[in-house]
Parts: sequence; structure tokens; C-alpha cells
Amino acid sequence: MADVPNLMPALPEIFLVCAAMALLMLGVFQTGNEGKEGVKTAHLISNLSLTALVLTLLLVTTIASGPMRTFGGMFINDAFAVFFKVLVLIASALAITISQEYVTRQGIARLEFGVLILLATVGMMMMISANDLMAMYLGLEVQSLALYVLASFQRDDLRSTEAGLKYFVLGALASGLLLYGCSLVYGFSGTTSFDTLAALFGAHPAEAPSVGLVIGIVFILAGLAFKVSAVPFHMWTPDVYEGAPTPVTAFFSIGPKIAALALFLRIMIGPFGDLAAQWQQIVVFIAIASMVLGAFAAINQTNIKRLMAYSSIGHIGYALIGLAVAGQGGDGAVREAGIQGVLIYMAIYLFMNVGTFACILCMRRSDHMVEDIDDLAGLSKSHPMMALALAIFMFSMAGIPPLAGFFGKFYIFLAAVEAELYGLAVIGVLSSVVAAFYYLRIVKVMYFDALADSLEKPIGRDMAGVLVGTSLIILLFFAWPTPLLSAAAAATRGLFAG
Amino acid sequence: MLAIGLGHYLTVAAILFALGLFGIFLNRKNVIVILMSIELMLLAVTINLVAFSAELNDLVGQVFALFVLTVAAAETAVGLAVLVVYFRNRGSIAVEDVNLMKG
Repeated sequence: MADVPNLMPALPEIFLVCAAMALLMLGVFQTGNEGKEGVKTAHLISNLSLTALVLTLLLVTTIASGPMRTFGGMFINDAFAVFFKVLVLIASALAITISQEYVTRQGIARLEFGVLILLATVGMMMMISANDLMAMYLGLEVQSLALYVLASFQRDDLRSTEAGLKYFVLGALASGLLLYGCSLVYGFSGTTSFDTLAALFGAHPAEAPSVGLVIGIVFILAGLAFKVSAVPFHMWTPDVYEGAPTPVTAFFSIGPKIAALALFLRIMIGPFGDLAAQWQQIVVFIAIASMVLGAFAAINQTNIKRLMAYSSIGHIGYALIGLAVAGQGGDGAVREAGIQGVLIYMAIYLFMNVGTFACILCMRRSDHMVEDIDDLAGLSKSHPMMALALAIFMFSMAGIPPLAGFFGKFYIFLAAVEAELYGLAVIGVLSSVVAAFYYLRIVKVMYFDALADSLEKPIGRDMAGVLVGTSLIILLFFAWPTPLLSAAAAATRGLFAG
Repeated sequence: MLAIGLGHYLTVAAILFALGLFGIFLNRKNVIVILMSIELMLLAVTINLVAFSAELNDLVGQVFALFVLTVAAAETAVGLAVLVVYFRNRGSIAVEDVNLMKG
């Protein structure tokens, strides 16, 4: 009889996937799935999904996080994985919370919404814990297949379905590139396991790797750049963000992005860490291009969801500076500082983005959603608290001290300077100055433009709760940064100890 | 007589992959052709994996190839479903009509 693998490290994933299937069955066998009954079922499923996510979060934090491998070394649970899994679970839970009111009023309250988010979350957790090219690919696909459906969730709306179609075609293309890269890496190294790959390249650091291997790594890099929407593989982002239903956009901009970035870090530092000379230049280029494009392309946007798409491209550029620092080699402490900066940046980015999207979800006038920046005119008079919250998020994204966004950028740029990547740091600072223009323009529209037509009020209780919570986190981060800093430091050590 | 080795398989796979890639970008007519191109890319990868697996005397590649085939089927199912809802709204599946949002 074959040995049963140790299931403990993968327990949160197993629990979540069982919960998703159980909820699907529960929803399907509820009496009446149409009209009012259907909405009730959808609410029940959403609330239960939220409970499942919270329980998974508890499981993730209670299970021992000393590096534990299982399924023949394909799955790893270390401090790095725990850090990112916590972020992803928070992202999914907040996305479900802020979507409740929207889906009900847009008439898309269907039970599949919560279940699809759960399944996407399982995929993301698999990606974060992947320790093998095969596990990586399967996690990525579980996540992507759920996301393609989520993007076109408003199935009677042309824009939503078009967004789904575009996301599907480009996502599948990215998977194809990634997979071709995986096949080449497998062929030219003879293994798919991250540990074996790391040992193989670590044993002969001086030897130049074969051309096939380098091409494989570049293909993998391109596929992952697609998933984190870094330039030059960003073209799907604005269209998909604009077209998809707003809560789904909010989810896209946090969950999948954080998970893909975690995978990006793990694969570049783990198996390909000793080949940094091959990929570091590419990461530097991607980071610069993303920062610059994120800063300049957003200036002319009038649609706030499109603006957030370009903003998220820019943020990924800043995060990738940290990876470029880690690939620079040299001092171990500097490399760790780079990765730690990325971890802090992504945690802060999560709360800024959730808050901003909660504000966007409150932009409703005479029962339909409005998405233009001009619709925010005079918000400070009609909704003073919401305007204040949005102003906090915008200042934080622009990187104005003492808000959390400043510290995110600060740690990244500090690491870049320590690694003597001065060019990267200077371009980063300059592009964040340019980006500040469009963030501050939103503040100006809210506070100094005349109120034309008030947005609907009052905003829902869930929304108000999320807004207060996220803006307090952003506002008070400087007073109590230790928990996040020490968690990020522990996670970074976990990654390098691998 | 010409012996068929690893290089030949890799060449065929590379050609198939490039065909798929160009099929996605050059085709202006029909979204179904894009779905077929994606399938072509995944098949190229499968050929690669099986050829390497045979060459290396290692089963991992063939297991990987089986996973790729499974995922490709699931992906096509989802893709066609998305395409059907799109067609219901737009009444056309010409690539040049997928242009409501411009970047």
C-alpha cells in the first residue's frame, strides 16, 4: 500500500476546497434559486464563504510554519507562505464583504460568486506554497479558471463579458508562455522540483547555464509578468479592470496580484537564485517600465477604475525594485532588505486598494453606478467622512508621510540605495512624483470642485466598517509598525532559508 | 537513414508554439481561431515534455504532460462558456468587434 503523505501542511487548502464544494452543493440544493429566494441563498453562501475564509485564516496561523514539505516535496509551508496566505485570505474576505451590496443591487447575487472566490483563493494558496513547477502551474490554473468566470460574472452586460473574454485570451496566452518555459527548464535540468533545481544551480555557480535553460527562465518570467500585470505584459489590465464588475476588479487588484508576486519571488529567489545574473537585468527593466507607464498613462484617464488599473501597474513596478535588489547579489542583508521591502509594500498596498475600491463601490447615483472622476466633485460636502477616507488613501498611494504608503516606498527605495541601484531608486522617486499628480487631482476634485449632483447616501454599514478599518490602518501604521515589520522579516528569512 | 532524435521533436514543438502565438496576434477574424491557437501552444508544450521525458528516462515529464492535457480541456470549456455569453450580448465573435474598451 502506498504511503499517505503528510496532510498537515496542506490542511488549510484542503479545508477551503472542501468548504467550497460543500457550499456549492448547499446552494444548489436550496429551495428556489430564482428571484428573492435566489438572493437569499446567495447571501447565505456569501456569509458562509466569509466564515470559511476566517476559519482558514485561523488554520493557517495555527499550523506550525517551520519549513514543512509534503506531497514528495511539491508543497511547502514556511513563514514566507504563511505571510502571503494571510494577505490573500484577508484580501478575499474583504472582497466578499464589500461586494455584498453591489451584487444584490446589480441583480447578480448568485450563489456562485462566493464559491468562485473561494476556489480562486485555493488556487492562490497553492501558488504561494508551490515548490515544484507542476504544483505552480496547477495552482495558477485553478486560480485563473475561477477568475475568468468572475470577470464575466455580470453575464448580461457586454462590458463584463468582453472583459472576461479578453482576460481569458491573454491569461491563457500567459499560461502557455509559462508552461513552455517550464518544459524547457525541465528538459535542460532534468527536474521540476524547486529544491533540486536550487541545489543543481548552487553546486556549479561559476558554470554558464545552457541557452535552453536561460530561454526557459525568460519564458517563465514573461508568464509571471503577465500575471502581475507588469509592463510590457500589462495591456489586458486597464480593459479588464474597467469592464469587470467593480467588486471583482477590487479582488483582481489585490488577491491574484499578491499571490502571483509571491510566486514570482519564490521562483526567482529559490530555484533560480544562483542564476540572478541572467534575470536581474530583465527585472530591472520591467520595474522601470512599469513605474514609468503607471505614472504617465494614468494622467489622462477619466474613468476611476481605469486609473486604478494604471496605478496598480505602477505599484507592481515599485514592488519589483525589491526583487531587483535581491537579484543584485552581494551582501545577504541587503538582499533580505529588498525582499522584506516587497512584503511590507504588498501588505500596505492591500489595505490602500481595498479602501479605495470600497469608496468606488459607494459611487452610486439614482440607482446606477458612476465611475468617472468628475462624479466625485464636491464629495467633501455631501459625504465628508468618505471624502476624508478617500483622501487618506490617495495621499498614501502618492507616498506622503506619515501615511503607510510612504513607509512602503521608503523601505523599497532604501534597499535599492543600499544595493547601489541608484538609477532605479531615482527613477522610482521621480515617477512617484509624477504619479502624485493624478492621486492629488482626485483630492482636488473632491474638495475644491463645486458639488453638482450628490452621490447616493447613506453608504452601507459593511462599507463604512471597511472604510473606517482600512483608513485607520493606513493612518496609524507609523505609530505601531512592529508587527508587520517583524512578520515580514521572519517571512524573508524563511524564504532565504528555503 | 535519418534517425529522429530530441532535436527534431523540439523543432516541431517550437514551430507549433510559434504558429499558436502568431495565430493569436495576427488573426483578425474569429475568436474561435484564438481558442484553437491556445490549444496549439499547449500541445506544443506537451510534445516538448514527452520528448524530454523520453530523452531523460524520467517519468515526471509524462505526468506533467497528463496534467497539461487535463488543464487544457478545462480551460477550453471555460473559454467557450465565456465566448457564448459574449456572443449573446454582442451578436458577433469577430475579433475586431471586441473593442468596447480601448487601452
